[in-house]
Amino acid sequence: MDHISPVIWQFLVKWMTSFALFPPEASKIAPQMDALYFFIVLVSLIGLTIVVLLVTSFSILYSKRRHPVAVQIEGSTLLEATWTIIPLGLFLMMFVWGALIYFRVYTPPANAMNIYVVGKQWMWKAEHPGGQHEINSLHVPTGQPIQLTLISQDVFHSFSIPAFRVKREAIPGRYTSVWFEATVPGTYHLFCTQYCGTEHSHMIGDVVVLTPDDYKKWLASSTSGMSLAQNGERLFSSLSCTACHNTRPDARGPSLANVYGSTLTLSSGQKVSVDDAYLRDAILNPSQHITQGFAPIMPTYQGQVSEEGVIALVEYIKSLDSDYRVQQTTATTTLLPESEGRPAGAKPAATQGMVKP
Amino acid sequence: MSDTIVSLPDQATARIPKLNYLSKEKGLLSWLLTGDHKRIAILYLISISFFFFIGGSLAALIRLELLTPQSDLMATDTYNKVFSMHGIVMIFFFLVPSVPATLGNFFIPMMLGAKDLALPKINLLSWYLYMAAGMMGLYTMIAGGVDTGWTFTTPLSTHYVNTHVITTGVAIFIAGFSSIFTGLNFIVTIHKMRAPGMTWFRMPLFIWAHYAASILMVLGTPVLAIAIVLVALERTVGIGVFDPAKGGDPLLFQHLFWFYSHPAVYIMILPGMGVISEVISTFSRKRVFGYTAVAFSSVAIAVFGFFVWAHHMFIMGISNYAVLVFSLLTMLVAVPSAIKIFNWAFTLYKGSITFETPMLYAFGFMGLFTIGGMTGVFLGTSGTDIHLTETYFIVAHFHFVMVGGMLMAFLAGLHFWWPKMTGRMYPEKISQLAALITFIGFNFTFFPQFILGTLGMPRRYASYPPEFQVLNVLSSAGASILGVGYLLPVFYLLWSLKYGAIAGDNPWQATGLEWQTQSPPLTENFTEIPIVDHEAYDYEWLERQKEKEVPSVG
Amino acid sequence: MSDSTVIAQSAAADEHHAHPPYQRHHFETIDQQNDATNFAMWLFLLTEIMFFGGLFTAYLIYRNWYYPAFVAASHQLDIFWGGLNTLLLISSSFTMAMGVWCAETRKQSGLVLCLVLTFVLGLGFLGIKSIEYHEKWEKHHIPGLHFSTQSFADPESDTEVFEKYHDKALAPDMAAHTELYFFLYFAMTGMHALHMIIGIAILAFMIVRARAGAYTNGHLAFVENFGLYWHFVDIVWIFLFPLLYLISRH
Repeated sequence: MDHISPVIWQFLVKWMTSFALFPPEASKIAPQMDALYFFIVLVSLIGLTIVVLLVTSFSILYSKRRHPVAVQIEGSTLLEATWTIIPLGLFLMMFVWGALIYFRVYTPPANAMNIYVVGKQWMWKAEHPGGQHEINSLHVPTGQPIQLTLISQDVFHSFSIPAFRVKREAIPGRYTSVWFEATVPGTYHLFCTQYCGTEHSHMIGDVVVLTPDDYKKWLASSTSGMSLAQNGERLFSSLSCTACHNTRPDARGPSLANVYGSTLTLSSGQKVSVDDAYLRDAILNPSQHITQGFAPIMPTYQGQVSEEGVIALVEYIKSLDSDYRVQQTTATTTLLPESEGRPAGAKPAATQGMVKP
Repeated sequence: MSDTIVSLPDQATARIPKLNYLSKEKGLLSWLLTGDHKRIAILYLISISFFFFIGGSLAALIRLELLTPQSDLMATDTYNKVFSMHGIVMIFFFLVPSVPATLGNFFIPMMLGAKDLALPKINLLSWYLYMAAGMMGLYTMIAGGVDTGWTFTTPLSTHYVNTHVITTGVAIFIAGFSSIFTGLNFIVTIHKMRAPGMTWFRMPLFIWAHYAASILMVLGTPVLAIAIVLVALERTVGIGVFDPAKGGDPLLFQHLFWFYSHPAVYIMILPGMGVISEVISTFSRKRVFGYTAVAFSSVAIAVFGFFVWAHHMFIMGISNYAVLVFSLLTMLVAVPSAIKIFNWAFTLYKGSITFETPMLYAFGFMGLFTIGGMTGVFLGTSGTDIHLTETYFIVAHFHFVMVGGMLMAFLAGLHFWWPKMTGRMYPEKISQLAALITFIGFNFTFFPQFILGTLGMPRRYASYPPEFQVLNVLSSAGASILGVGYLLPVFYLLWSLKYGAIAGDNPWQATGLEWQTQSPPLTENFTEIPIVDHEAYDYEWLERQKEKEVPSVG
Repeated sequence: MSDSTVIAQSAAADEHHAHPPYQRHHFETIDQQNDATNFAMWLFLLTEIMFFGGLFTAYLIYRNWYYPAFVAASHQLDIFWGGLNTLLLISSSFTMAMGVWCAETRKQSGLVLCLVLTFVLGLGFLGIKSIEYHEKWEKHHIPGLHFSTQSFADPESDTEVFEKYHDKALAPDMAAHTELYFFLYFAMTGMHALHMIIGIAILAFMIVRARAGAYTNGHLAFVENFGLYWHFVDIVWIFLFPLLYLISRH
């Protein structure tokens, strides 16, 4: 869009937006995607014009009245080559350009702030790291790359923000992610775009883009008091994870200090890099994620903890930057009378203040 | 009139030939137990028209609901069932069998110089399977319908709805076998029953198109069958092949489903493209420009069509590298369609063009299919797909290619071959009017939906934000015009059966072996198998035939 | 040019092309008919390959993901019965091929015998399959019907299998995936068995017809094409057997 006249761009985007013919551009990627979009529109218009011109002019010039006798023509290899190579060339251009944008949209930068989004029939729950929860809305600051880590509690949903030109499926069973950087403060549509049952058309909301100052104010006013990591810590204790995952020398499970972002060797010899997806899988599917040197005794927590609970646990584990931090959690756990010596995998007791899994 | 190539016999003395496939045997049983491909084609024509109007009524309900932003016409659950059934009926009970089972069944043997398809009993079985499937589908609708969308996405369809998923799945399974048997029949016939002298490259392009579509039917449909079986088993037994909580993968269903459903769209469009080849050639009095290119393009579309299925899944969480591969292949599959459009356009060059109804529909096809095809490029380009997928842009895209493309081609073919099938001409002026109404109505209905999609309006929404209302009202208004355009043919085609002009053997003066027989044809098509010594679309051969013509006896 | 012209021109049209009574009228020669029906059967088998292909795809993916569960679950299948079934099916393919030869050489009693043998062998296969299925029922290994992972979480409780394989206990979540294996086992062998049942029913029909002299009068296309179908069903089993029974056998 730097190469295109600002006047044309203004017409295309701003004027069409105000006539409700084009969505607003509110993210950094939006103009980039729109540039490709308009290029394809241009090519399509030219293609359509050519076809319509050919058909119309031939129909007039060679109508039966004007041209009563047809001339049999077998074909023309030159023409075939032309209209094979030129469209193919144009399509390949679009392919490359589109692929670049696609990779850009789904490759978050390292400094992206992570917000978790859980989709479930029929609402979106956004969870900010500081513990703010939102239902069917998403508050984000401008000028900051935001990564959304999505998952579904039940069926396929799709998180769509047309003004940002981003969309990503929320799948049951694993995380997906997308990132954006909002540029224009305002309120924009949030839609679920994957048919998910009865109230699919009501699974909509607002994305509220705030200036950084306004965003800080919003954060302060809407905190529930507990950050995701803190919730995760309580869940970690109440599910008796500390029974095995502690820093004692005879611990039955590995200490989780600094495990996030590290490269782990599994008992099968395979090396894995520990990211959100790995942590989630290890909680729900432990028998395939046994760290080398440990017995395969971790029970699965499938069915015992919701996706939000898993997110909280993952956030907590991400925050474990030292053995001391782990010991803090272990110490808190031992204060809860029911947890001492409980065998691994037993159902959590309903302790007061515990985050409901 | 020199504006038309229609050449009818003298109406004062002309009569429908007494002995033809319609009059040969009488009685309901002779129809229900027939092996005659032409009668089976007529049976199919009646059945698919019936289902078309059911699907159309469902569409009318959708557009009525979407006149207002709130879901106030019907409960959201009902709306969900309406659009699901609309898709299922239109795709499986109308579009897939439309041209192949009616025009293909009727004309493939005749164009090849054969007396019937290779396996007439299988042909009849195909129709019975189709009817069984259709009845089952109807029952499902009456019993409460299904609300999973025609795509049956798991785990919604396996664990989260309690509507008639399995019954619908079984209906589609059976319809799939109807399709497989039709395709199988066509392939065997084309390979083994061409008249002497009819080499592969002397066949009409209609045949090439059906051959390519049949390959897709035969190889792709069984995979859909298995996907349905797995969904049914998962619903009944509940073992988790698609359930992530039990280690299954819900995306596996989508891979299996789209592995068929993408080739399915080519099954739907290729036969229509075959019709367009015949119509454009006849009404410009010229051999199709680049015959070989068009023939190979049909096969190329079929082959490439098997390798692009995951472009329906670009944002589903498949790997970025898989997206690269499928996007690239999608670009490749777009090229043969472009080649065909240009070849058809150049068929007009230095032709002698008239504008009878089939030609009008063919022109409509060329414009609308070009738009539909180009909008497919928006979606095959992975970057723009992110914004446009799952919105009304997709709805507009596939309606442009399926309705603006395929349905127009079907109507073109129906009008083109109506005189051959019935012996009567349809009324030209009103049919031209209907074609125009359809074209206008179509554009009003579906073009605004591109804009809605770009704005972000999601598909399958019963209610929507108020700022989308104007475009939705425009779309619904167009739909009412479109409805009129589709209803008119029912009336005037039926009218023509009694009152239409007698057509004679070859009212369009077309080449093609089917036009060298009486209208309606004899049951055995040809008393002697013709020996083919000329190329397809050989108008000079046709001229020589006319000079040699012995005045008819009786 | 209308057909009446053609009729007028070919005055010799009365001459009835000599053709066997079983040649359908839309074919010009009996060779064309046999050619076409044979080709049709090959095409149909191609669709069957695509049909089973979907199940094989699902199997390959899940076996890759949950290998330990698949190994442990496959040990529940008795290689003796599976091997015997394989033998029965291969023999039935042999008897079927012999039957086609008998039809070609017009040996009616030979044909009937071969068809009956094929029929019996096919029934034997199904009989063994039902024994195996019944055993799965007794051990609660049928998915969705009180499926129990006890044999996998605690292998020693299943003494018969444990003595043969000495499997280690599976973790509970991996043991749960054995249900997936059994689902695919029943889906694949069940689909195969369904095709066998259809084949056996057609065999019964053919035996009756063969005894009445059909197929040994020169018109043996039906037997030939059925033979193709039967061989296909056999080949599918030859793939199923190692995939389902022999996972851990190297």
